Amino acid sequence: MLANLLEGLFNGISIGAVLLLAALGLAIVFGLMGVINMAHGELIMLGAYTTFVVQNVFKGLGSPWSDFYILFALIAAFIVTALVGVLLERTVIRFLYGRPLETLLATWGVSLILQQFIRSVSGQFVIGVGLFCALFFGAIAIISRRADYERIQAWAMAILLPLSAAIAFFSSKIAGDAFKLAVTKPWFGTQGVDVTAPKWLRGGLSLGTSTLPYTRLFIIALTIVCLLGIYWFLNKTVWGLRIRSVTQNRGMSACLGIPTQKVDAITFAIGSGLAGVAGVAVALLGSVSSNTGQAYIVDTFMVVVIGGVGKLVGSIMAAGAIGILSYVIGSNAFGPLFSGSPFMTSVVEFFATASMAKVVVFALIVVFLQFRPAGLFPQKGRTVEA
Amino acid sequence: MSEKILEIENLTVSFDGFKAINNLNFSMNAGELRVVIGPNGAGKTTFMDVITGKTKPTTGQVTFKGKNLRPYAEHQIARMGIGRKFQTPRVYQKLTPRENLELSCAASKNVFASLLGRPAAGERRTIAGLLETIGLVPKADILAELLSHGEKQRLEIGMLVAQSPDLLLVDEPVAGLTDEETENVGSLLLALAESHSIMVIEHDMEFVRQIARKVTVLHQGTVLCEGTMDEIQNDPKVIEVYLGTEETEHVE
Amino acid sequence: MTAVETKSQIQPDLTPRKRKSLLPEIITVAALALVFIFLAPALLNLMGQGSRVNQLGRFLALAIAALGIDLIWGYTGMLSLGHGIFFALGGYALAMHLQLQLPAGQIPDFFNLYGVTELPLFWQPFYSLPFTVAAIFIIPTVVAAILGYLVFRNRIRGVYFSILTQAALIVFFNFFNGQQKLINGTNGLKTDTAQFFGALVSDPRNQTVFFVLSVVFLALGYAFCRWLTSGRLGRLLVAIRDDEPRVRFSGYDPTWYKVFVFAVSAGLAGIAGALYTVQSGIITPKAMDIAFSIEMVIWVAVGGRATLVGAALGALIVNFAKTLLSEQYPEFWLFFQGALFLLVVTVLPSGFLGLLSAENVLWLRSRLGLPPKLSTYPSLEEDLEVQHERKNPRN
Repeated sequence: MLANLLEGLFNGISIGAVLLLAALGLAIVFGLMGVINMAHGELIMLGAYTTFVVQNVFKGLGSPWSDFYILFALIAAFIVTALVGVLLERTVIRFLYGRPLETLLATWGVSLILQQFIRSVSGQFVIGVGLFCALFFGAIAIISRRADYERIQAWAMAILLPLSAAIAFFSSKIAGDAFKLAVTKPWFGTQGVDVTAPKWLRGGLSLGTSTLPYTRLFIIALTIVCLLGIYWFLNKTVWGLRIRSVTQNRGMSACLGIPTQKVDAITFAIGSGLAGVAGVAVALLGSVSSNTGQAYIVDTFMVVVIGGVGKLVGSIMAAGAIGILSYVIGSNAFGPLFSGSPFMTSVVEFFATASMAKVVVFALIVVFLQFRPAGLFPQKGRTVEA
Repeated sequence: MSEKILEIENLTVSFDGFKAINNLNFSMNAGELRVVIGPNGAGKTTFMDVITGKTKPTTGQVTFKGKNLRPYAEHQIARMGIGRKFQTPRVYQKLTPRENLELSCAASKNVFASLLGRPAAGERRTIAGLLETIGLVPKADILAELLSHGEKQRLEIGMLVAQSPDLLLVDEPVAGLTDEETENVGSLLLALAESHSIMVIEHDMEFVRQIARKVTVLHQGTVLCEGTMDEIQNDPKVIEVYLGTEETEHVE
Repeated sequence: MTAVETKSQIQPDLTPRKRKSLLPEIITVAALALVFIFLAPALLNLMGQGSRVNQLGRFLALAIAALGIDLIWGYTGMLSLGHGIFFALGGYALAMHLQLQLPAGQIPDFFNLYGVTELPLFWQPFYSLPFTVAAIFIIPTVVAAILGYLVFRNRIRGVYFSILTQAALIVFFNFFNGQQKLINGTNGLKTDTAQFFGALVSDPRNQTVFFVLSVVFLALGYAFCRWLTSGRLGRLLVAIRDDEPRVRFSGYDPTWYKVFVFAVSAGLAGIAGALYTVQSGIITPKAMDIAFSIEMVIWVAVGGRATLVGAALGALIVNFAKTLLSEQYPEFWLFFQGALFLLVVTVLPSGFLGLLSAENVLWLRSRLGLPPKLSTYPSLEEDLEVQHERKNPRN
């Protein structure tokens, strides 16, 4: 019984750890910037695909390297998603600060684009999009140096946009006809891809009758490292201090010479980068496809809602609680307790699937919000309802 | 002595240990016009938040017309007869002044009355009269977001009156107004004081002198002293914490 | 007061703001409805696009849901990402009734697959047509009212509300998707092979009836929403959208208003779901996809939020664009849709109808050589000097 309980606890915590890792970036971006990033799940997915790519590259390098690809994958995933995040912040989100619902819709649009991107990215696709961007933005950059740019802007756009689109479209078509499958074959396609854990992460730690898989332990450790890192960054570094000051009073911070735009970009980069790290963890757990991100988005939002805004402790506790509850209910861990009453047994069994566990957890969340509408650690004071 | 409309006993409000209001006692008679002054951070706005139910007291109680306000939500307190004007004008920007007033004026404020009810002739007359009083007749049917700051201030006072409350809480009604507008608002408040109890929070000493009969000074969440403007100005405690010399006051 | 010095000249205006006569609007809507009922199918058939009639009918049904989304998002500022729940509830209610059109004693086929021999209890009332018709909008309304009350009571709003509705959507999806023995799980319920008034549901005669019903309900729904938003309630919804805390200090309890409008919009979604289901022939838990519920929002955004016409129009435009594009380039639809979200939010926040805004109309008039129709303060309009200047603009 005790072993069962421990195993249940471990499984719950490891579910919670993935959740927390996935929610951490979201919590930072939402807590510090008030931005709901619906594309966060897709950033996780990008991180997972980066892991896949890194794995394949290192496979080519041979034995000593391929064992440690996962560490490089962590770095690569962080960098890739952070860059995508910054791009997203600079091109879309920064125009929408203070309009959270609009941000939500816009980032949803981005998430759709990213999903389809993973499905249809191919050599041909890259040629087309790359050429279009180079032509269009290059030409705009050149034209914008002219003194009369303001006047001709509309005309320039009207000519350049279709022109560069047409050139890009036809060159990618020509490339496709010339090289056939070599460039038209999608890199990833709609099928899922699989990442195999390196040797030292296979197997598990035997504990009595049960085993604790090393991958799970690795993820828990990774989560702890990320948490400590974020805590250190926000509380002990100059940029952390700047981020916190911008969060509290943007105008004043700007007056004091803090580059608020840079701070926004850095905050977003870190939040997105953490999504990439979460992606590595997700890749270790199972097959990855373009829909992977969708599976995490709602759960991670729940973590943020329950945890309350701007408090890491809240996110930790919320992720732990949701993880353990989902596992306990879904795996029917308490089933034996109700063996006395057939009615209770049937009720408990009715909910003893992963999807029905979600139903119960959500019901509990709604009940919880009746008592603590602002989450576990609400912000207090006059500024709350500004 | 007329009856007390508002009584506050041993009120304390703390946010995470910081006491914004500290053991405050206060009372106001029906029909009184009271001005509350105090330096920044004295707890003036929190004081209003507590009376209107936005913030619940940590300890102590607020009694309005003999009723303890603690169990009531903001809208219930508003219906009991406490109206509030905010520091920065908060009117409904995407509605016209007339619609703003209509919303405040409506006798019944539940969903189905709003859905089915049409404004009664009496209400329409009140609104027309109010528009005139606040001087917005020519702009009654343009969106409120197009009004100037001063016009919004007046509109909000109008909305407050439309609610026909027994007690008006007015937070810095002349902030950002020109001298002329300030005087307009002053005479408007004095006119209203004939039939309502009013509490005004204000920084502008010139204005306070224009309207004040009795003044309460808040400092660090408690009442420092109370009295007429002259008494206040000569009180050594007040001079020490707040007024300083008169010259510096005007600068603020 | 100085501003009131002109008091004597201006008579207090006792008439309520002149409500534009509703008659022209009623006639327009009725005429449009008749066009849709009699002309559109005939025209499409003439062009050899008979299959589009069914599509049009389905999209008209979706437009009903769009009206509801507009009520809560455009007017009240609540972004629901969970309207798929109510859409599906309406669809399932009708589908269950149709599945039960069997000889006495039989139960729907799919039950046999899972070894269920007795009809589950909650299916029983759906034998009755009147009950089903009521259930189509009452069940979603009640579910929304309960959910809304639990959320709004605690002043959960903004993005928190959106996230919670999305979570609720996942929950309902899981429930419907996982319960094979109760409602056929992921396979959903088919309606096209069921009998309805002596013919198959997919029979052209029945389909025509559903098409007409979609048009009629869209018109009725429009009229209802129009009535709802034109009075004091409509203004209060706008007030809640712009400054909810302030509304409380005016003596209103926003909770009930929000519950009410959320429930109404759920009811509309339920009707839409039922009409959509019978015209597409099946309802599955996919109606509770996350993506579909957010798509509903984009219909409204594209058309123009807080304009009911825009909502309905947007639903039609986006859905036709979707069919055309995904027929031609299936892989590009998502790119296009993603771009649409971005565009509507950043460049075109008030949608297509927003293009008809005052400034653009002014610009168009000036291009066409028409005199500008300026609107200023009424007192200025009456000023003789101003009038004179307008008549002789060249001076």
